[in-house]
Amino acid sequence: MSTMDKYVSKTVQTIPPSGIRKFFDLVSQLEGVISLGVGEPDFVTPWHIREACFYSLEHGYTMYTSNQGLIELREEIALYMKRHIGVSYSPEREILVTVGVSEAVDLALRAIIEPGDEVLIPEPSYVSYSPGASLAYGVPVAVETFAEDEYRVRLDRLEKSITPKSKVLILAYPNNPTGGIMRHEDLEALVDIIIKNDLIVMSDEIYSELTYNGQHVSIAAMPGMKERTIVFNGFSKAFAMTGWRIGYACGHPDLIGAMTKIHQYTIMCAPIMAQKAALEALRHGETEMKKMVENYNYRRKIMLSGFREIGLECFEPQGAFYAFPSIVNTGLNSEEFSEKLIMEEKVAVVPGNAFGVIGNGHVRCCYAASVADIDQALDRIGSFLARHRKG
Amino acid sequence: MELEKKILKILEHDAKISPKTIATMLDEDEAHVREVLAHLEKEKYILGYNTVVNWDRFGENGVEAMIEVKVTPVREVGFNGVAERISRFPEVRSVYLMSGTYDLSIIVTADTMKEIALFVSHKLSTLDEVQSTVTHFILKRYKQDNFIFESPQEDKRLVISP
Repeated sequence: MSTMDKYVSKTVQTIPPSGIRKFFDLVSQLEGVISLGVGEPDFVTPWHIREACFYSLEHGYTMYTSNQGLIELREEIALYMKRHIGVSYSPEREILVTVGVSEAVDLALRAIIEPGDEVLIPEPSYVSYSPGASLAYGVPVAVETFAEDEYRVRLDRLEKSITPKSKVLILAYPNNPTGGIMRHEDLEALVDIIIKNDLIVMSDEIYSELTYNGQHVSIAAMPGMKERTIVFNGFSKAFAMTGWRIGYACGHPDLIGAMTKIHQYTIMCAPIMAQKAALEALRHGETEMKKMVENYNYRRKIMLSGFREIGLECFEPQGAFYAFPSIVNTGLNSEEFSEKLIMEEKVAVVPGNAFGVIGNGHVRCCYAASVADIDQALDRIGSFLARHRKG
Repeated sequence: MELEKKILKILEHDAKISPKTIATMLDEDEAHVREVLAHLEKEKYILGYNTVVNWDRFGENGVEAMIEVKVTPVREVGFNGVAERISRFPEVRSVYLMSGTYDLSIIVTADTMKEIALFVSHKLSTLDEVQSTVTHFILKRYKQDNFIFESPQEDKRLVISP
């Protein structure tokens, strides 16, 4: 077959393929694998939420909704945001319901970036932001974060990365893959420089309910920050609703309006049955959600203490459901480690360099797995380390 | 008290979780968790541990019945006296005092229907306080103690995802 590569746009060609994809193909061929490589809850969506979706289908809710999403859902989101992060948003003008946070990130980048604008992305980072910035003809700029700083964005490192072309700062805390969070004082320290350099902040808070020691804080709640922050949140992680693809963005009416423009021509609206389910989640889902969070916290501790026992150095994650241990004392790089681990011990983890160059020397382990599986995986990783530890 | 409740909540869902793991989950010392557990067992806050088994998988034909019992309460002890007597029969798995049209609900297991019939006619109905009984045989179990029998939840997630 003749190659058609020449027809593919330069922009798309230069985006590297996802590091996870290659690994996925490898794992799929094996049997008996314990996977710590997933990026989603191990709970199925609570029954009452699924049931609300059936009910809406039975009653014929199968049509488009308004572009911004069902008004009752936006009203419920406004109430939730007020109690969750203490910021008021107008359901009519400042909230847009999207197909997952992924869509919201894409819309925001496309709505705001001019070609050549720089997008500051703290790394290690979730895999979508950098390609998303490139697809919007922006230039992704990594701001490195480190375990010794608890993976928080440090003012001096941010400052060094800012140029006259910087336009957007992405903050994704609690963080995938590190489990780092930004506390009140950490965010406060960045406010001045953000305002001075006239940056827009895109704050992906999809994991915010999964904050284990203390309360999640949003930068949108800081003085002067609401208007220049777009907050993303959704239902995937807190309510175990990944496959429903419902997220939302909250922000200044001008920015949300610009995003809505793209959304209305490209997506039209998020699926109504999923919006109905999301509505049920916000109205009646809190008790179940808190139980799930407590459960993640238990397993977070089990995994961490297991890592300590087998001598795997790891920053103590404060949020999300990932641990990001360092594997440098094996002398292997992330991909070698992950491949050997899967072939020799049948435990799947995600190589840290999938989350940016700075992630090399680490692997991501998801603890949204059963306690029995975590225990078993820890045993296997333990014997793997015993064989491969250097010196 | 808070710690005791937390431990019990964990065990209520999974009795196989080890004291060491519980200690990790609750940021406690393992020795202390063992002490608390020993205390809970000794004082009968924990009455025992059992396993939810799907015997149908073995093609076993044991039978189980739920029996509604109307009883005459007795001065001084009310329903307790007769409920405790009924509880002592080894074939009786559970005894509950109910609101509504009957008084006690008891669950009885045996190998055959006949054995249950004999239990009702010979042992249960002959108790002085028992006025009447209605026996319902359990035909099929769909869910018991949080476990769904027919379609156990399996992990349907992709093995690797971002």
